Amino acid sequence: MTLDTVKHAAETPDTDQPWAELGLKQDEYQRIREILGRRPTGAELAMYSVMWSEHCSYKSSKVHLKQFGEKAPENDAMLVGIGENAGVVDVGQGYAVTFKVESHNHPSYIEPYQGAATGVGGIVRDILAMGARPVAVVDPLRFGAADHPDTKRVLPGVVAGIGGYGNCLGLPNIGGEVVFDACYQGNPLVNAGCIGVMKHEDIHLAKASGAGNKVILYGARTGGDGIGGVSVLASETFDDSKPTKRPAVQVGDPFQEKLLIECTLEIFKEDLVDGIQDLGGAGLSCATSELASAGSGGMRVELDTVPLRDSSLSPEEILMSESQERMCAIVEPGKVDRFLEICEKWDVIATVIGEVTDGSQLEIFWHGEQIVDVPPRTVAHEGPVYERPYARPDWQDALQADDAAKLARPANAEELRAQVLRLVASPNQASKAWITDQYDRFVQGNTVLAQPEDAGMVRIDADSNLGVALATDGNGRYAKLDPYTGAQLALAEAYRNVAASGAKPLAVSDCLNFGSPEDPAVMWQFAEATRGLADACQTLGTPVTGGNVSLYNQTGEVAIHPTPVVAVLGVIDDVNRRTPIAFAEEGQLVYLLGDTREELGGSAWSQVVHDHLGGLPPKVDLERERLLAEVLISASRDGMIDAAHDLSDGGLIQALVESCLRGGKGARLVVPDGLDPFVLLFSESAGRAVVAVPRSEELRFTDMCGARGLPATRIGVIDGAEIDVQGQFSIPLSELKESHEATIPGLIA
Amino acid sequence: MTSRIGVITFPGTLDDRDTQRAVRVAGAEAVPLWHRDKDLKQVDAVVLPGGFSYGDYLRAGAISRFSPVMESVIEQAKAGMPVLGICNGFQVLTESHLLPGAMLRNNHLHFICRDQKLRVENAETSWTVDYTSGQEISVPLKNIDGRYVADARTLDMLEAEGRVAFRYLDGNPNGSLRDIAGITNEAGNVVGLMPHPEHAVEPLIGTGRTDGLGFFTSILKKLVNA
Repeated sequence: MTLDTVKHAAETPDTDQPWAELGLKQDEYQRIREILGRRPTGAELAMYSVMWSEHCSYKSSKVHLKQFGEKAPENDAMLVGIGENAGVVDVGQGYAVTFKVESHNHPSYIEPYQGAATGVGGIVRDILAMGARPVAVVDPLRFGAADHPDTKRVLPGVVAGIGGYGNCLGLPNIGGEVVFDACYQGNPLVNAGCIGVMKHEDIHLAKASGAGNKVILYGARTGGDGIGGVSVLASETFDDSKPTKRPAVQVGDPFQEKLLIECTLEIFKEDLVDGIQDLGGAGLSCATSELASAGSGGMRVELDTVPLRDSSLSPEEILMSESQERMCAIVEPGKVDRFLEICEKWDVIATVIGEVTDGSQLEIFWHGEQIVDVPPRTVAHEGPVYERPYARPDWQDALQADDAAKLARPANAEELRAQVLRLVASPNQASKAWITDQYDRFVQGNTVLAQPEDAGMVRIDADSNLGVALATDGNGRYAKLDPYTGAQLALAEAYRNVAASGAKPLAVSDCLNFGSPEDPAVMWQFAEATRGLADACQTLGTPVTGGNVSLYNQTGEVAIHPTPVVAVLGVIDDVNRRTPIAFAEEGQLVYLLGDTREELGGSAWSQVVHDHLGGLPPKVDLERERLLAEVLISASRDGMIDAAHDLSDGGLIQALVESCLRGGKGARLVVPDGLDPFVLLFSESAGRAVVAVPRSEELRFTDMCGARGLPATRIGVIDGAEIDVQGQFSIPLSELKESHEATIPGLIA
Repeated sequence: MTSRIGVITFPGTLDDRDTQRAVRVAGAEAVPLWHRDKDLKQVDAVVLPGGFSYGDYLRAGAISRFSPVMESVIEQAKAGMPVLGICNGFQVLTESHLLPGAMLRNNHLHFICRDQKLRVENAETSWTVDYTSGQEISVPLKNIDGRYVADARTLDMLEAEGRVAFRYLDGNPNGSLRDIAGITNEAGNVVGLMPHPEHAVEPLIGTGRTDGLGFFTSILKKLVNA
């Protein structure tokens, strides 16, 4: 086969090219021809196809995502915003924290272990590329019905992949979620988040500047795995009629990644790089074009110098390969030797593959012949932008009219008791310890809080005890009922969780998981959810620092519930003041904070007892969320509370059961006057939390709530070995524990 | 002058910085040691921390034992220098034949991370003198290849000589024979265990207990009194 050089392409304008197979649309292919003034070479076509994929270019979502910038609240903490590998915020004492959540949904369905493993690897490299030491990971997961046979294939593989990769990297896994719903049957959501810490002066950006600077590719050799992962896999709907996509899934080697982390941190420490980019989706195509596009000049790359695992790879394949554990650095000539020396120390292969030029083109050569000659911005940053049509689906009204209030409620105390047990044993509300115990949460020796706490928390300075907290939340059922409110509820819950741990919410990252953007109904959900999230971030003063969009999460015509997953990062001055969820001290008083209304739409109760989804989700009151957060943070700082737990899915009873089981103590509870016991226990009104108040602090605490205008209702006391709702029912902790903990092992193990 | 305790970093070691911190919390000086370097920098004792050295490729610990630093460790350990192997470090010590037996994949085939109760069976080794015999402690356990096995004769010998240093309580987490969590050599200077005492040295971090600190105060006491 002859090499398709730039010269050859200019001479053979009529050659048929496989643009459709590479996922490009006809008009996109035409645009490439217009940009170049000729047909693209095979290598150029490969680059454009992966970089203009939905996954890399955000072509359907861009017009909506720009609200995150336009509506961004004033926030002095923001150091690096959207557009870089990950956002960076100032957390004080000279420290900066970078964090982000990404998706690895499609690969994880095809090949659960490797899909999930490389999802962890990818997000960790994003964080590393900012100049930070990765310090913790979290994994928000969504699977199909818990009792579906395929869930038994997907879930154990995903969990083993996350553990197998993350544990081997030495990153504590401190949070995340596990949710089951039939809507995710063919489209599990495997999101992965990572936090990194650095000093302000260590922030690095992905740009190639300074003519003569060297381009160094280091890490693993390039192989044939993951070719077209982003274009073929993550940017299309699954369809039974097409061939299996396994070759598009990458294969990870966490040992190599661990070496890459330590090697890169040592390189940063000696200030050896000008710009740096990790290789993830779209591999070398992405790294070279993004570095050159963000820099001041052009770039010349000798592609035949790239170390290969398989010598038969074509230049197109090398450019598209998504082989893991690779990074690309821009290094001044005088620092190259030292750079290579550090790589050698860590047994990391490093190769100078090119240099920054004073031109404007990205030029790639193969054994001396030019195969790429493109303006890098047209590949990396000026891809197509679509204003996809969107329309409120015609079924939305009927769905909202199907009010959960009309569902049959427990007729007596005995039924109420039975439904409590059903709820806490249901797959979504049951203990996830079987899953999270497969993740190392202790490594690095800084873990202050980890799952099942409301937020994960790590100490970042052992002398000052400065720490950061992270919570991720998202409720697809709420978002299906009302995507605008659903996205706001996701933010509100993560914000509340961070505050409940005692940390001050600071900034947001999101992973927006939706169906096909080519369906106007899905696009409407996406438009509503992004608008809702941007509005709420503005009100709460927590800017979106970056994130990820995952579309095409649908099989055939059926999309997943719209599932915006929101991560909130918080900061705490002294981790000694953190608030756990455990009710551990007998005699302490249990207070319910916030207002409880009758809100059952999308609730766990309606799902577990009636398999129902309809009506409206709980109302959002962001000012109330802010007030609640302030009270929780003040109470933690001033030692007024010993435990706090946010109320969300499953309502008050779920939170009480979790806090009691965690602390190994029971509680005696009284239903306040004027409240229906069923509504009190199962309603999912937002803006609420339960707290444990030492008797000595009661007056101070209630005074503070009163002064600030936050409703605080004393509902009971920590006591005994059962949860006793007076006049209603009583359940021994041992029975609750058995119900809560047996479910997941019973279904999956 | 305080005691100098070396902490080895192999490629893929994870708990080296945690172990250095534990050494410092106990009041000793932590000295980083590098796998390619035979020089032990005149340390008084050595810890082989947990992790996945060389990716656990081939077998956990199988490649590390051939690293240059281990030549010196094996030599010095035989001459009496205190050596502690935690998790992957324990695996390296068995691969090096400084301790008998081997670790296989957990019987349930999963990685397991949990707070684990142990009984200190031998409080006379270099790393356990600050505990009392029979004392119950809780420290984190986290591994996938943690099932201790040896032939019956070896196990009987370990029992007879009081060389089972730690035993799992409240449920064997991985199918280890005779609930063995850690062992010592005959001289008591080399100790290996699967659970992680270095993750239980500060009241707020990890499990919230400091039950693991005794390993590091033990060695200090031993070295100071030596």
